[in-house]
Amino acid sequence: MRKALVVAAVSLWSIAAFGQGRGGVASFPAQQRDPADPALVARGRAIYDTECRRCHGADLRGGEQGGSNLLRVPAVLNDREGELLQPVLQGSHKERLGPAVLGPDDVKALAAYIHSVLALAPGQGAPPPGPPVELKVLVGDATAGERYFTARCASCHSVTGDLKGIGARDLGPAQLQNLWIAGGRGGGGGRGRGAGPVAPPPMTTRRETTVTVTLPNGQKYEGRLERIDDFMVTLTQADGTPRSFRRNGDVPKVDVRDPLEAHRNLLPIYTDKDIHDVTAYLAGVK
Amino acid sequence: MSAKNFVAASLLLAPVLLAAQNPAPGTGTGTGTRTVVVDPTTLTKPLADEWATFAGDYTSRRYSTLKQINTSNVKNLTLAWMTSVLTGPRGGVPPTIIGGVGTREFTGGTIKGAVLQVGGILYVTAPDNVWALDALDGREIWHYFWRTRGATHIGNRGAAIWNNYLFFETPDNYLVSLDARTGKERWYVEIADFEEQYFSTPAPVVVGNHVIVGTGNDLDGPGFLQSFDPETGKLQWKFYTVPMKAGDPGLETWPSLETAKYGGGHTWMPGSYDPETKFYIFGTGNPSPAYTGVGRPGDNLYTCALVALNVDTGKMAWHYQMSPHDTHDWDTVQNPMLIDAPVNGKPRKLVSVAARNGYFFTVDRVTGEHIVTTKYGTHTNWAGGLNSKKAPWPAPEKEAIIPGALVSPVEGGTTNWQPSAYSPDTGLAYTQEANSFNMLYLTDPDPRGSMGLGGKLRVEVGSTGKFLTAIEPATGKVAWRRKYPNSGGGGIGFLATAGGLLFGGDGSGNLIAHDAKDGKPLWHTRVGNISNAPQTYAIDGKQYLLVGTGDQLWAFNLY
Repeated sequence: MRKALVVAAVSLWSIAAFGQGRGGVASFPAQQRDPADPALVARGRAIYDTECRRCHGADLRGGEQGGSNLLRVPAVLNDREGELLQPVLQGSHKERLGPAVLGPDDVKALAAYIHSVLALAPGQGAPPPGPPVELKVLVGDATAGERYFTARCASCHSVTGDLKGIGARDLGPAQLQNLWIAGGRGGGGGRGRGAGPVAPPPMTTRRETTVTVTLPNGQKYEGRLERIDDFMVTLTQADGTPRSFRRNGDVPKVDVRDPLEAHRNLLPIYTDKDIHDVTAYLAGVK
Repeated sequence: MSAKNFVAASLLLAPVLLAAQNPAPGTGTGTGTRTVVVDPTTLTKPLADEWATFAGDYTSRRYSTLKQINTSNVKNLTLAWMTSVLTGPRGGVPPTIIGGVGTREFTGGTIKGAVLQVGGILYVTAPDNVWALDALDGREIWHYFWRTRGATHIGNRGAAIWNNYLFFETPDNYLVSLDARTGKERWYVEIADFEEQYFSTPAPVVVGNHVIVGTGNDLDGPGFLQSFDPETGKLQWKFYTVPMKAGDPGLETWPSLETAKYGGGHTWMPGSYDPETKFYIFGTGNPSPAYTGVGRPGDNLYTCALVALNVDTGKMAWHYQMSPHDTHDWDTVQNPMLIDAPVNGKPRKLVSVAARNGYFFTVDRVTGEHIVTTKYGTHTNWAGGLNSKKAPWPAPEKEAIIPGALVSPVEGGTTNWQPSAYSPDTGLAYTQEANSFNMLYLTDPDPRGSMGLGGKLRVEVGSTGKFLTAIEPATGKVAWRRKYPNSGGGGIGFLATAGGLLFGGDGSGNLIAHDAKDGKPLWHTRVGNISNAPQTYAIDGKQYLLVGTGDQLWAFNLY
């Protein structure tokens, strides 16, 4: 839970609005501490690489030899300058370290390095960014994707029309995939902090949701739908004039035309294979 | 309590003095004298004039027996008053009472929790702030502000009250007790480790002489529930929701003690209390790391579970896990509604939950025996099936995967902290039902798993609609659904009343009174973005409807 909150427009995790930024009012000690002397951090890193890395991993998140994840253990999180690490190193770790005797200055440097890594964590418990990992998002069968596109999408879209060159746009495969599933709006929010760029810019060819309101006397009003609930509908007419109408059940008659309705209707129908195939196909539309 | 915890020694005598001033229990309704008294035993009675605990009463049904406002006259409901609260260490008359052990001043929080109404006084909270307002017109009586050390300030779910004592939690993990009459601080005690990145949003719940306190954490820390003495703040018991040492029950559902100890399961929301069994029944949070379950194969008990504890000992009586091995951040801390209803013709004592994962559960609240599992999220698509205990387990292909999986519901769930309600008059439970979809990408394929909420990208790609959904608890069957025209909106939780009404928001800024029978709107008013669930109370024979919108409170009644 955290988790999440005013449902209307605020995602449970729109932390930015709450000042959760680094060192901000709503941060944790790992983000609040002043950066240590870079020379001290560098010395600590050298000690870590020599004495700790083989068990605790290059990223401090634990290693194959069973070392714990240092980025979440209480002794590290509560430590200031190595005072909580020293007893561990001289206690349970004494035999493991063997002849390597870490003096107080060594431990202080080691602590400075560990805390410098902790400070890079983006929030919500996520680890600091590691080295880039190649992620093969494009796994679909482009031929099957073309068949699916022809069967399901071609009544509204064309790769020689509105989607011409979509595979040549400066989009990663995940962005392209999100874009077409969402119908050009690229999805909204929910990326979570530290997630990187995920929502592509909207398609410029996107059409607006329109509405026709027919009064009991037959008079019709048409325009762009601004908002609708059970009690009101508001539209903007072609000349820019906004107009609102009270709703009482089926009166007046309200006919909404949402160009994304077909996309929404497909959401429960797609298989993930369909999705990956269509993405592979569209990625090749240069 | 850790060594860092402390109680302000000078205040230890205060409870004795205050106790001597207490009038007879259960008489705290006179607004003229502003007597503030809650006899904890009165909380077991049906919800009526006062709203003295998070869900109004211990059943978490959010059903009020008040019926002055009813289906016949609700069309005449009108504004009684509206007021704004100001966060922060402001001046004014009376001046803000300042507390806290930090130096940081957080402002900008909003009302996202329950408002207590006791003795004609409303107790309102936002992170680091508590206000006492006159329930007749919303005027401020006192304001308390806590200077913080930091931590996630995402919301506060409200205060608890016991005799003259008010209790609330701060984001930087203190349980603070105030004199409910004056706002003066009695004591504060540390409830979780700030350095380990715990942060506290829940409303405490008072049961007898226990102040039951939950907390939260995103950094893989273990979840726990604690009970404190309302007089002194002394820790009475602490229950971990995950195994913490060799031999602990549930350890067999984790690959190692190390993974269990860093397995989450936080106590984000208040639970219910059954006085017959003395069970405190609450939901636990998701396992951690949230999205990368590869490093924690197994059911991961007691995360995502309904847990019943003996309120005096903190010992577990039973559990029912609603999302074994969750991999979508779907905690199951939604309000456990205590319901008495026949099952197969026999009267049963039940507890029902409309869970964040899109499934509705009913179990026997005495034994934990499973009764019902149904899927109420129309397009919920993540489960591979039900396990032998009738709980849905995650299909691996619908977890975060590198090429992306289309999953419904989204991280926020089919519902979330927004409470469901149950009306014994209609026999229906009411919940929001959000059928949104997101693409989930695995970005940290490390076989150890990631940490916290890391290791994934999540992009929302559309919704097939949001609904007010009515469910029969004994069968789990959906009786009816009512779609909100604005699919981008969402509810904010519900309140049912003996007046035949169901109050809720529509995500478009409207506060709506529905006919509880069929959901038909009978009254509405646009108040803006509603930020907490509707409540009701009565003073001197007049019923009020109360709702918050950010930093504003609105009260409605009949003239």
